[in-house]
Amino acid sequence: MNIIIKWYYRLGAPLWFYPLAGKLIPWVTALFLLFLIPGLYMGLVTAPADYQQGESFRIMYVHVPAAWMSMLVYLVMAISAVVALVWRVRMAEIVIISSVPIGASFALIALLTGAFWGKPMWGAWWVWDARLTSELILLFIYLGILALYNAIEDKATSGKAMSILTLVGVVNLPIIHYSVVWWNTLHQAATVTAFDKPSIHIDMLIPLLLMATAFKFLFLLVLLLKMRANLIEQDIHSGWVKKIIQDKQKAEENKHD
Amino acid sequence: MNSFLSLIKRDLVLAYRGRGEAFNSLIFFGLVILLFPIGISASEKLLAEIAPGLIWIAALLATMVSLDNLFKEDFQDGTLEQWAVSPHSLISFAWARLLSHWIITSVPLIIIAPLFALSLNLPPEAIGVLILSLLLGTPLLTFIGGIGVALTTGLKKSSMLLPLLVLPFYIPVLIFGASAVDVAADGWSAAGQLYILAGLFVLGITLAPFAVATSLKVSVSQ
Repeated sequence: MNIIIKWYYRLGAPLWFYPLAGKLIPWVTALFLLFLIPGLYMGLVTAPADYQQGESFRIMYVHVPAAWMSMLVYLVMAISAVVALVWRVRMAEIVIISSVPIGASFALIALLTGAFWGKPMWGAWWVWDARLTSELILLFIYLGILALYNAIEDKATSGKAMSILTLVGVVNLPIIHYSVVWWNTLHQAATVTAFDKPSIHIDMLIPLLLMATAFKFLFLLVLLLKMRANLIEQDIHSGWVKKIIQDKQKAEENKHD
Repeated sequence: MNSFLSLIKRDLVLAYRGRGEAFNSLIFFGLVILLFPIGISASEKLLAEIAPGLIWIAALLATMVSLDNLFKEDFQDGTLEQWAVSPHSLISFAWARLLSHWIITSVPLIIIAPLFALSLNLPPEAIGVLILSLLLGTPLLTFIGGIGVALTTGLKKSSMLLPLLVLPFYIPVLIFGASAVDVAADGWSAAGQLYILAGLFVLGITLAPFAVATSLKVSVSQ
């Protein structure tokens, strides 16, 4: 059989995916910690303090990776939405619904840490800057997709509806982003954006990249956990869940013997 | 094409016989505008300054509220299902419904808008741009909103969900529509904003019917 077709059927099979995800989780956790611990140590301890912002720039090591991830998660959802709508792969819908809360959390983290960073630097918790505004809109789009999914009771229907809305969002996100940028520059001069793109020192850059990689593994880890939970929840009465429970019980019995 | 035109004709005749729907969104439009001078301040200078954004927000809310029953009747009496199983495409059905809905609810609103604009002390020079921006923008609002309605049609509790889905996507239209009027009120050329609005208009009315038709198919199959 063609290898692509083989993978197509396998990825669509929860019975095959569930144990595979279970085996992957410890490895992904290890990779996450492998990047997180040196990233945090270098970022919080060894990186030199910023000559302008002092120590408070260190919040960047959470803020920037979270902001990047909030956009990357949407990209993952969009690709899954195409797969779900074109090839009717149910697993792709599971990827989307599992990603939505994660993406929303990353957006929320980016906004909150941004506020904590903005207060000492700009003197304000919030300014209607283009980047901040479009991040807030992104959060609202995530919440809208989640609300739509929860409002429809039939999960096959809600998966399709959610995929359509995700794709509509892909067309609109760049438009929203650039319209917000333009809206802002039209009315008020950029006051603090000069510090948006600092020519960053290598000792500061390395922990940032480590943290960004750690966040990617964090996403993968939470995604796998959530996908497993969502699969069990949706298929609670199906055969493969019963089989997994039986296998577990057998393994327990063997242990006692 | 024939079915497309007869569908529009049916909607217009129904609207003419009923006559309630169009007036309802007009009254809503007027009420929202009325709230602002009361809630913020009746100062003529301030009102003139915020008038472009205010009229646009009122038009946006009026469009969104009117959208709620866009497909509801067709869904409940089975018309939608008949269309889905008939040889006619759902895309042309979506197109016709959205277009006739725009004619029924937004055109009266565009005609009455200059009156409200003058009452808010918007400079008369900006009236032309206001009408033009509404002509380009309100179809876009109807078409984008139609996606949200199609997704929530068939849900029992959808009244709060629709604004949640649709409002984030209305932001570009609001930005360019309001800023076109704003710029014109300051005596500058609004061509740039109008061109972008026109670009969004073309993008919206070509792509949105596909999304609406797909969503309707999902809603019907439920």
